[in-house]
Amino acid sequence: MKTINQSFPSVDGKGIMMGRVAFTDDYALQNSLIVKILRSPHPYAKIKNIDASKALALYGVECVLTHKDFPRIPFTRAGQGYPEPSPHDKFILDEYVRYIGDEVAVVAAVSNDICEEALSLIEVEYEVLEPVLNFETALDSKNILHPEPEIHEMFPIGFDPKRNLAASYHMHIGDVEKSLKECDVVVEQSFFTQAQQHTALEPHTVNAQMDYQDRLVLYSSTQTPFHVRRILSQTLGIPLSKIRVIKPRVGGGFGGKQALHGEMFVSYITYKTKKPSKIVFTRKEVFESSYTRHPMRLDIKLGADKDGTLKAIDCYVLSDTGAYGEHALTVFMVAGSKVLPLYNKVDSVRFHGHVVYTNHTPAGAFRGYGAIQGNYALESAVDMLCHKLHMDPIEFRQKNMMKENETSPIFAIMGEGTEGTAMNMESCKLDYCVSRGKELIGWDSIYPHKNVSKEKIRSVGMAIAMQGSGIPYIDMGSAIIKLNDDGFYNLLIGATDIGQGSDTILAQIAAEELMTSLDKVIVYSSDTDLTPFDTGAYASSTTFISGNAVLKAARKMKGLLIEEAAKVLKCEEADINFDGFNFKNKKNESEINLSQLSNRLTYNEDQKQLVADSSYVGHKSPPPFMAGFIEILIDRETGEIEIENYVSVVDCGTPLNPKLAQGQVEGGVVQGIGMALYENVVITSKGKNITSDFLNYKVPTRMEIKKLVTEFAESYESSGPFGAKSVGEIGIDTPPAALANAIENALGVRMTDLPMTPEKIMRALKAKEKRQ
Amino acid sequence: MKINLLINGLYRSVEVEPGEYLLDTLRKINMISVRRGCDNTSCGVCTVLIEGKPVPSCSYLSVRADGKSILTVEGIAEEAEKISSYFGEEGAEQCGFCNPSIALTVYALKKEIKNPTDEQVDKYLVSNLCRCTGYISQKKAIKNYLGDKS
Repeated sequence: MKTINQSFPSVDGKGIMMGRVAFTDDYALQNSLIVKILRSPHPYAKIKNIDASKALALYGVECVLTHKDFPRIPFTRAGQGYPEPSPHDKFILDEYVRYIGDEVAVVAAVSNDICEEALSLIEVEYEVLEPVLNFETALDSKNILHPEPEIHEMFPIGFDPKRNLAASYHMHIGDVEKSLKECDVVVEQSFFTQAQQHTALEPHTVNAQMDYQDRLVLYSSTQTPFHVRRILSQTLGIPLSKIRVIKPRVGGGFGGKQALHGEMFVSYITYKTKKPSKIVFTRKEVFESSYTRHPMRLDIKLGADKDGTLKAIDCYVLSDTGAYGEHALTVFMVAGSKVLPLYNKVDSVRFHGHVVYTNHTPAGAFRGYGAIQGNYALESAVDMLCHKLHMDPIEFRQKNMMKENETSPIFAIMGEGTEGTAMNMESCKLDYCVSRGKELIGWDSIYPHKNVSKEKIRSVGMAIAMQGSGIPYIDMGSAIIKLNDDGFYNLLIGATDIGQGSDTILAQIAAEELMTSLDKVIVYSSDTDLTPFDTGAYASSTTFISGNAVLKAARKMKGLLIEEAAKVLKCEEADINFDGFNFKNKKNESEINLSQLSNRLTYNEDQKQLVADSSYVGHKSPPPFMAGFIEILIDRETGEIEIENYVSVVDCGTPLNPKLAQGQVEGGVVQGIGMALYENVVITSKGKNITSDFLNYKVPTRMEIKKLVTEFAESYESSGPFGAKSVGEIGIDTPPAALANAIENALGVRMTDLPMTPEKIMRALKAKEKRQ
Repeated sequence: MKINLLINGLYRSVEVEPGEYLLDTLRKINMISVRRGCDNTSCGVCTVLIEGKPVPSCSYLSVRADGKSILTVEGIAEEAEKISSYFGEEGAEQCGFCNPSIALTVYALKKEIKNPTDEQVDKYLVSNLCRCTGYISQKKAIKNYLGDKS
């Protein structure tokens, strides 16, 4: 029975399409109190007074909560392991509001309408403060976002709130300034990336109820159920043992649901009133009041010799974390740590920068997590360098990029908020990815461009990328496998399926090791009472970390089964031949099948419950690699771009389920295309986001995406389960740079500001004409 | 006030407020396969079929549905199962939050347009957003289903 490297449909796809109860709000009790949040109309203000008496007098209002109801315990909603690498700079409710959409007060009432009416009756007196709305002048601004004394960092992350600094960092290898001076060719450019929104189709949703053991039970649309439980206990003072967090099916996460959003409010209300409650974010709240990607300015300098040897990379990053420092340091560090090692043969590297507070919607985790920003800057700059060198950009990359069995000193220096972990690239088929992608896109017949008509030009562009597979020595996954009578198994995992198909591929791993069919492995995940611990679905960790835990547990179960079979067949364990269904004593051909053995263990003799458990912590984070190639048609009269084809050739080790892996890559690619071209965030001079719905914030529709070609390199990562590395994020990284490079190949203009809208392209063309 | 709905072939009398939208009415009576993804009919998640036509239920007043036939995905179970098999073959399922609404829209398309071109299919489904798949696997699955004459 072979289940690995096979494209099984996901175990839950049919039931979900057929409309079964699946998502968080489907589990809310009908009599739940509706919870809604009064949000700040000001980007920065101090609440001088709140009068909720009129709201409280309204029939059907259960309670109104303000900052006076909560103890001043600073924490971070980031949803990371403990201690977090994010500053503890947030209170459940605070007397300060720091962005338009920040929480002022919370209402619980019997209906949506009464909630809305109550919100409108709360009278708030604000002292409006001068906001910080330009992240380039936020550092050392006289307007400080976080003057409160209680906030702190958990360990040194370069936190200095008096300077509006959420985090900062500096690393260097060699003397970058000296090597740049010695280089024949140098390019220098600043790049800007925007506050992309995840827009998972299921908005942030949580509901809570007290169960008949008087415990708080939460259903949450979260990527991190175990972190949610811990953070609720730490902030609300509810004993950890009194909280159960259940993650049902999640309708997309992409990092946006790593953090806690409504969890504190429904938990507090239900725990206090003993009544069930629920919150469902409106789409506007998702845009304005959850998370965005960290907008960044990346100042990059590259230096090379005439022969095309890259000698030095210098990168300064200024990152805008918005009002709170969630993922401030780690996203910023990944812009270096999962980008710069791509070019591992340089003499010197410097990576440094600041993550600043502004009065914008907080930024947080988002698929790609800094790598997409860093990749856009580096892979754009590499093409600029190639133009200056008159060198083919593919040849340049093949000469300078990471190869199998090589390493980069950056791995040991930079981790996520901490020191990194040294590792060799035991699997790296980037070479193949580049040459195969070049072939698939038809590079040689188009590069740099072909004129199609008077207006239209066809061009190609490309970029390479790497990501990681979990965070070494920090991320932990675990699994329990239980044998049932009739010979099928339960697989209990803390890992969090958010639609990416982890329940399916983890069941495949168990089935492969136990040599059984996929339908004999019943998977249940992400319930803090019933499943073992897992850090959650982030940092491209599930396939590698949780997958290794499942593999180890399955191996253990196999050992237990053979031990029991040997007792029955009265032989040594070594004499047992087990094929997944039958145990045979090699010596005398006597046998028993799994169903008989399990029934015997359950009902007849030697009765016991067979359970195997295991956990896994990574000792390295083997990067998946990818080469992305784009073919576009661009209109030189309007700046409009049609995407003709996107080719992805990916090294993720063994794709455990090739179709699901392809889905991860292609979903990522299209989100990356959205960031590169369409997803424009417009914030007014008063700090108001005016692109907070799908009519104004354009995610790609099926009209823009005509062709995606995705292939996997033959690759085997010996530290991964059945040779696998992770594949959840790598797809998103290349589109911005590949597109910018294709635009330059077509029009000779370098786009340095995302998204690359037709207006910006036309502006760049006009500027170029003026220069000539 | 009371309205009469023919939901998935069964008559139901439902109490609604004058300003209530069909999405909320349906969820209130536990038709939970109809879900909310946005506030202004721009994502397609809440689609139901009213008299056979796909309609975003989040902006359709319940009183307007009085006396009308409504199909949710449970009402086309056999076809939805078929569609899901084609989605499964292409790995096009992912989070699935939009999938019941896509099944309904594809089902309506198959009834409405015989042998549609790829462009007609894309246009018919353009307001059904998906943030997970990148669309191509969905398009293949939908094409295979539309070509299935069984």
